[in-house]
Amino acid sequence: MRDGAVMAFLEFRSISKGYPGVQALSDISFSVEKGAVHGLMGENGAGKSTLIRILSGDQSADAGSILIDGAEQNYRSVRDAFDAGVIVIHQELQLVPELTVAENLWLGRFPARAGVIDGRTLVETVRSRLTDIGIDVDPGAKVSSLSIGARQMVEIAKAVMLDARIIALDEPTSSLSSRESEILFSLIDRLRSRGTVILYVSHRLDEIFRLCDSLTVLRDGKLAAHHQKVADTTREQIITEMVGREISNIWGWRERPLGAVRLEVRGMSGTRLPVPISFSVRQGEILGFFGLIGAGRSEMARLVYGADRRHTGTVAIDGVTTAPGNPKAAITAGMVLCPEDRKFDGIIQGRSIEENITISSRRHFSPIGMLNPKREADLADQFIAKLRVRTPSRRQDIINLSGGNQQKVILGRWLSEQGVKVLVIDEPTRGIDVGAKSEIYDILYELAAGGMAIIVISSELPEVMGISDRIMVMCQGRIAAEIARGEFDERRILTAALPDKNAAGTI
Amino acid sequence: MNAMKKILLGEQGLVVIFALAFAIVSIFVPNFLTERNMLGLLQSVVTIGIVACTMMFCLASRDFDLSVGSTVAFSGMIAVMVSNASGSILLGLVAALLAGSAVGFVNGVIIAKFRINALITTLATMQIVRGFALIASDGRAVGINDPSFYQLALSRILTIPAPIWVMVLLFLVFGFILNRTVFGKNTLAIGGNPEASRLAGVNVVRMRIWIFALQGLVCAVAGILLASRITSGQPNAATGLELSVISACVLGGVSLAGGRAAMTGVIVGVLIMGIAENVMNLLNIQAFYQYVVRGFILLIAVLLDNMRSSAAGRGRA
Repeated sequence: MRDGAVMAFLEFRSISKGYPGVQALSDISFSVEKGAVHGLMGENGAGKSTLIRILSGDQSADAGSILIDGAEQNYRSVRDAFDAGVIVIHQELQLVPELTVAENLWLGRFPARAGVIDGRTLVETVRSRLTDIGIDVDPGAKVSSLSIGARQMVEIAKAVMLDARIIALDEPTSSLSSRESEILFSLIDRLRSRGTVILYVSHRLDEIFRLCDSLTVLRDGKLAAHHQKVADTTREQIITEMVGREISNIWGWRERPLGAVRLEVRGMSGTRLPVPISFSVRQGEILGFFGLIGAGRSEMARLVYGADRRHTGTVAIDGVTTAPGNPKAAITAGMVLCPEDRKFDGIIQGRSIEENITISSRRHFSPIGMLNPKREADLADQFIAKLRVRTPSRRQDIINLSGGNQQKVILGRWLSEQGVKVLVIDEPTRGIDVGAKSEIYDILYELAAGGMAIIVISSELPEVMGISDRIMVMCQGRIAAEIARGEFDERRILTAALPDKNAAGTI
Repeated sequence: MNAMKKILLGEQGLVVIFALAFAIVSIFVPNFLTERNMLGLLQSVVTIGIVACTMMFCLASRDFDLSVGSTVAFSGMIAVMVSNASGSILLGLVAALLAGSAVGFVNGVIIAKFRINALITTLATMQIVRGFALIASDGRAVGINDPSFYQLALSRILTIPAPIWVMVLLFLVFGFILNRTVFGKNTLAIGGNPEASRLAGVNVVRMRIWIFALQGLVCAVAGILLASRITSGQPNAATGLELSVISACVLGGVSLAGGRAAMTGVIVGVLIMGIAENVMNLLNIQAFYQYVVRGFILLIAVLLDNMRSSAAGRGRA
């Protein structure tokens, strides 16, 4: 048992950091003891990322210091932090896809004689190391052939190989399935028992309660709360500390009148969705799609939108069938898609918020293709205000915004199109903090109230249940269940979503 | 259809295509499968083959080198001129190797250290170096004084001309370097994920400089053999070589986005380029058409690269 005077292994002392125009961190002090998993929570923009960057050596603090095992650290680069035993695992994994697992783990320090790699040592040391920490991955497999979950394991194994004393994980489960997450959690448990300090950044409260011993909550760059024992606190309390106000119901769902059928999908199938599916969405309705990763939800969305070619079936908006081929036709017909991977398919990096909002709608401003800076600026300002995008200016590069605000900008892009009738939004709040989440939900309700038909795809069950009027559960490319709001039941939805392993054998 | 696609885009796809093409050509083109023609074919790809060895490293590390053709001509020229002036062939060869390495080193320093785009940098050095070759020779071919210089390319070992041996040796050496040494794995690593490599402690800047310097050195080897074969230093030799070499590499499965390369693929790529040209010669197809065919081969290579990357890369759920 931990009793008496426990040594703080990792200590932040009065860390402050300012960027031009914003104080990202002011006077942050807290400490973590050896072998503890310490949660770090806060809304986006609260300063978590900055703190992690300072810990990783990527940036240095304006004031304050970091102590590891009682020794003050003066490292100036990521390399120095490595040498001090601090490794940060970012959401974008730092692996080389075309090299094998073993090669990735040895990268930078290959066992070699006269430059020739000792292949046996390379693989065998990694194999024993992986077995040692209980990671079930083939050391000879190319990283590009692994699932995201397995890659995450490899990244953690890399940290262990480097004898990391402190591992910081930044939202590690954001792209993992719940099974993969569970594997990750048991790995973290094993690392904890080996005495490694884990700094765990997450938006997900259930994970914090599942994993963390202690917890720090940041808000607006300041220390909002420090809990020596997570068990002694509650979800509600943490949420309150994060947002600084009471959020009684983050979903905020209210009954809305539903109109006529707006979107009608009949017998639609495609390459990655071979079984035809049919459904419809009414005016003002929010239809939730739930399923495990790989259940076919995103494929469904891409087919409806015309991003992938449909093999069979029709999609009609207000009774008018849309051309199957291309997204442009879908947009013209009044349908828009907010894709799942914002970074990959959504935001245009390096361009301003203004351009990101007006990229689609600005073509209406002039029949001969001239830009209209004044109207674009007005439109951008209008949506920045309407969607409460937190930014000093519409000229800000979108990459500088937090995830929640980027999502708002993308919503603004589509809403600035005239006459949007159907909105398909894939993982609307992935990587977005609690406060911004409820803002996004409010925007969706507002749009639905205006008569829009909305399809929300999410792998977070509470979210789907919280905001949908009706839920379609998908499993292995089929619609497994359709459930009305009155009958929402966590158990029932999950059961429908899980592939029944016995079914194939018994039929 | 799907099975075929899998084979063609997989690791061994190219070898399959090559084997098929080779068999078809052997059957239908007269005089193709003769010892004489085979040696001729290999002779004709020596320059491309040698330079492709290091171009493979260049591309695999996400870089690019357009200056290889000029470097081949320039170093061939240096070899001949220094040999003539000093009366020592050995001195000429050393000078050529140094000159080629120097060009590559300068490329590497500008690209890696000053972070200038490789395409632009080597486009510039390509012209500068070609200019040097023309200035030094006053635009004319420079004859070789000492006939033993010819012997470099003309001598045969076991009835096979020496340049072919050199090419095969380099294939083996660079295949080994790519697959079995720290240098090779680091090359693939910095091409696959430069940031991860840097963080893992790979000295990315130094690696890139080395790769370019090596590229220059190997260009000089090719330049010397070429000069010896055509018995003179030609300032206009090897024009357009860069495109043939890059085509061969890409055809051989080297990714333009970096991180993926295989020596066997490059060898097959080189041979496909050689066979296409050889067959057109045997069939008496006019030289003008050969440009069109070469262009198409390049296009097909890039399309294949694209299809392979999307087959390999976008396995996201």
